[in-house]
Amino acid sequence: MAKLTIADLKKIKEDFHQGLREGGFRVKITVHMGTCGIAAGARPIMNVIMEELAKSNLKDVAITTSGCAGLCSQEPMATIETTGEAPVKYVSLTEDKMKKIFAEHVVGGKAVPEYALVVGHETTY
Amino acid sequence: MICAGTGCVANGSLKVKDALETELIKRNLQNEVKIVLTGCNGFCAKGPVMVVYPEDIFYQLVRPEDVPFLVEEHFIKGRPVEKFLYTPPAAKNTIPVMNEIPFFKHQVLRALRNRSLIDAEKIEEYIARDGYLAAAKALTEMTPEQIVSTVKSSGLRGRGGAGFLTGLKWELCARVTGDIKYILCNGDEGDPGAFMDRSVMEADPHSVLEGMIIAAKGINAHYGYIYVRAEYPLAVHRLQLAIDQAMDRGLLGKDILGTGFDLDIEIYQGAGAFVCGEETALMASIEGKRGMPRAKPPFPAVKGLWMRPSVLNNVETFANVPPIILNGAEWFSSLGTEKSKGTKVFALSGALNNIGLVEVPMGTPLKTIIFEIGGGIKNNRKFKAVQMGGPSGGCIPHTLIDTPVDFENINKTGAIMGSGGMVVMDETTCMPAMAKFFLEFTEDESCGKCIPCRIGNKTLLTILQRITNGEGREGDIELLLELSQQIKDTSLCGLGQTSPNPVLTTIKYFRDEYEAHIKERRCPARVCTPLVKFVVDKDKCKKCGQCFKACPTGALVWEKGQVAYIDPEKCTKCKSCIKACRFWSID
Repeated sequence: MAKLTIADLKKIKEDFHQGLREGGFRVKITVHMGTCGIAAGARPIMNVIMEELAKSNLKDVAITTSGCAGLCSQEPMATIETTGEAPVKYVSLTEDKMKKIFAEHVVGGKAVPEYALVVGHETTY
Repeated sequence: MICAGTGCVANGSLKVKDALETELIKRNLQNEVKIVLTGCNGFCAKGPVMVVYPEDIFYQLVRPEDVPFLVEEHFIKGRPVEKFLYTPPAAKNTIPVMNEIPFFKHQVLRALRNRSLIDAEKIEEYIARDGYLAAAKALTEMTPEQIVSTVKSSGLRGRGGAGFLTGLKWELCARVTGDIKYILCNGDEGDPGAFMDRSVMEADPHSVLEGMIIAAKGINAHYGYIYVRAEYPLAVHRLQLAIDQAMDRGLLGKDILGTGFDLDIEIYQGAGAFVCGEETALMASIEGKRGMPRAKPPFPAVKGLWMRPSVLNNVETFANVPPIILNGAEWFSSLGTEKSKGTKVFALSGALNNIGLVEVPMGTPLKTIIFEIGGGIKNNRKFKAVQMGGPSGGCIPHTLIDTPVDFENINKTGAIMGSGGMVVMDETTCMPAMAKFFLEFTEDESCGKCIPCRIGNKTLLTILQRITNGEGREGDIELLLELSQQIKDTSLCGLGQTSPNPVLTTIKYFRDEYEAHIKERRCPARVCTPLVKFVVDKDKCKKCGQCFKACPTGALVWEKGQVAYIDPEKCTKCKSCIKACRFWSID
C-alpha cells in the first residue's frame, strides 16, 4: 500500500465521513467486542445479526465491531444507529433479544425500549 | 409561563407567545389566562417550553401553529394535550438520553475518546477521527523541545500509578546524549481488578502508537517496544495488526509521513510476572533475563534498556498524548485539580451495580463514582470500603466517601490512586481476609531478590493466615504494623515498597475487626470459616426461613414461625445460610 502523506490523512478523514453519508447505509450496527463482550457472548450475537441480515435481503445495513463500550457488566452490547437519528445502545443481549431488535429496529425502524439502555453520544472532550 | 431564555427564543418561543396572545383574545380568555415570560427553564433541547399553572403542566416543543389546538383543548375543554407533554425517562416508551443517566453523565472521554466508535482493526477509522494528525503536527510543526515542554506544561502525570510528571521524564531523557534511545510502553497491567489498559490496547491500539511516535520525537528515539502481558491475547493481536497497518501506510517505520523521522515498534510479550510491570524488571525481561528490578540510580532515562537512555510510559499515559498535542497544554489542564490534571480511567468492580470502565475528571468525589456512576451497592447491601490501587494500594472506608479522587487526596488516606482499579466492598467483606488476599498475591509475585520483600511479605502473610484461622496472638497487630513499615522502607522496588499498604490501611480503618479475630476468635463478616460457629442467635433470628431455603444439606432446621437451628452433624460449613440471612443472625 502507498505510504501516506499528511494531506492523505486529511483526505482519508473526509472520504470516510463522506462515504458514511453517501454509502447508502441507512443503518449501522456496531457489536461491542472487547474481551468483556466476547466473554459474555458477543460472537453468537454477531452471528445472529449476520444471519438475520442475510434472511432479510436488506442492502443498506452496515455491520461493524468496536472494543469495550464501558459498561462491562451489561455485555453483550450492540449499538444501532440509523442515519439522521441518535444511536441506541442495547445491553444484556441474548440471541432471542437480538432477533427481536433486528426485526423491530433494523427492519421496522422502531427502537425497542425494553432492551435499550440509552440513546445518544458520550461526552468526548 | 413561556420560556424566554435564549435557547427557547432561538427556537421561536416569542412567536408562540404572540400566537397565544392572539388566540386568547379570539377566544375571549385574555382576562382569565395570564401570559408570563420567564427565564431559562433549563430544558433547552425541548424548547419552546411552556408551563401552565395551577396544574403545573410542562409542555415542550410548542410551535405557534399548535397554539389554537392547545388553547381549545387545555384552556377551554380542560384537557392537557398529551403530545406536548414531556415524558420522563422512567416512562416505558422512551429511552433515556445517554447524558442524562449517571453512568455516562459524569464521564468525559479523553483517553477513551474513540470508545465504541471505531473498529480497532481498521486504521482508516482511527484516521477518520483525527488519528495521526497529532503525530503529523509533532513531526512537522514542532521541535522536540516544544513537544516536551507542551506535555510538561499540560501537567500530565503517569497513569500507571506512580504519577511522575510525564513531560519531566521525557525532558530528562531528551537531555542525555546518545544515538540509540528507546521509547517503551508498559502494557503489563498486572493489578488484580485493573483492565483500563486492556481496553485501550484492544479498542484503540493506534492511540498508543501515536503517543509513542510523539514521545519518540521528543526524546529522539527510533526504536520502541510495547510490553504486553501474554494474558491479553486480543490486545496483542490488535496491537500487532495496528503496527502492521501503520507500517504499511508509512505511519511507522522509515521516513514517517515523509518527514524523515524513523521509528520501529515491536511487541514483547510478558510471561506472567506481576513484577515485570516495574520498569527495571520490565527492561530486564525484554533483555531476555529473569524479570528482577535493580537499584536506581542510574535511572532508565539515563541508562535503561540495554543501558541506553529509555522512557517507559503507561498505555493510558500514551493515549492521552495525541489530544494534548492537537489541543494544547491548557486544554488538557482545564480539567482536574491543582496537582492532578486531566482525566483518569477507573475500572469499577466488586459489589457495585454498574461494573465497567469509566473516565472522569480528576477530583471527582469517590461518592459520585461509587453511588452515581457505579449505581450503588448491589443487592441493597451497605458500602464498607473501596480498594484503590490494587495490591499496592489500600482500602478507603465509607467515612472518607467524600474524598476527591486524585493523586494527593487519595495518598492522604493512606491508599494510592494507582493505575485505576477500584474494587468496591460491602458489609460481607472481611478486611483482614482482604489484606490476606492481597498478600497472597504479592508474596507469590515477589521476585525474591531482596530480603525485606521476599521474607517480609511471607512473614506478613503467615501472620495474616494465623489471624484468619483463629490462631491470632496478642501483639500480632503491632508486629504487622512494625514489619509493614520496615518492608516499605527497605525494599528494592515498588512491589515491596507498597505491598504492605493493604495491611496498613485495613488496620488503620478496621482495627476492631482484627481485634475481634485475635481476642474473640470471631469474624464479624462471617467470612473466615474457622471462626464461624454456625449457630443461630435466637434473639436476632427473624424466623423468615431464608436460611432454610438456602441450605443444601438439610442441616438447617426451621418451621414457619420458629427460630432456625443448625444441626452440626449435617452442616458442611458452606455458608449458604449466612449469605441468605439479611439480619446477621447466624454467628
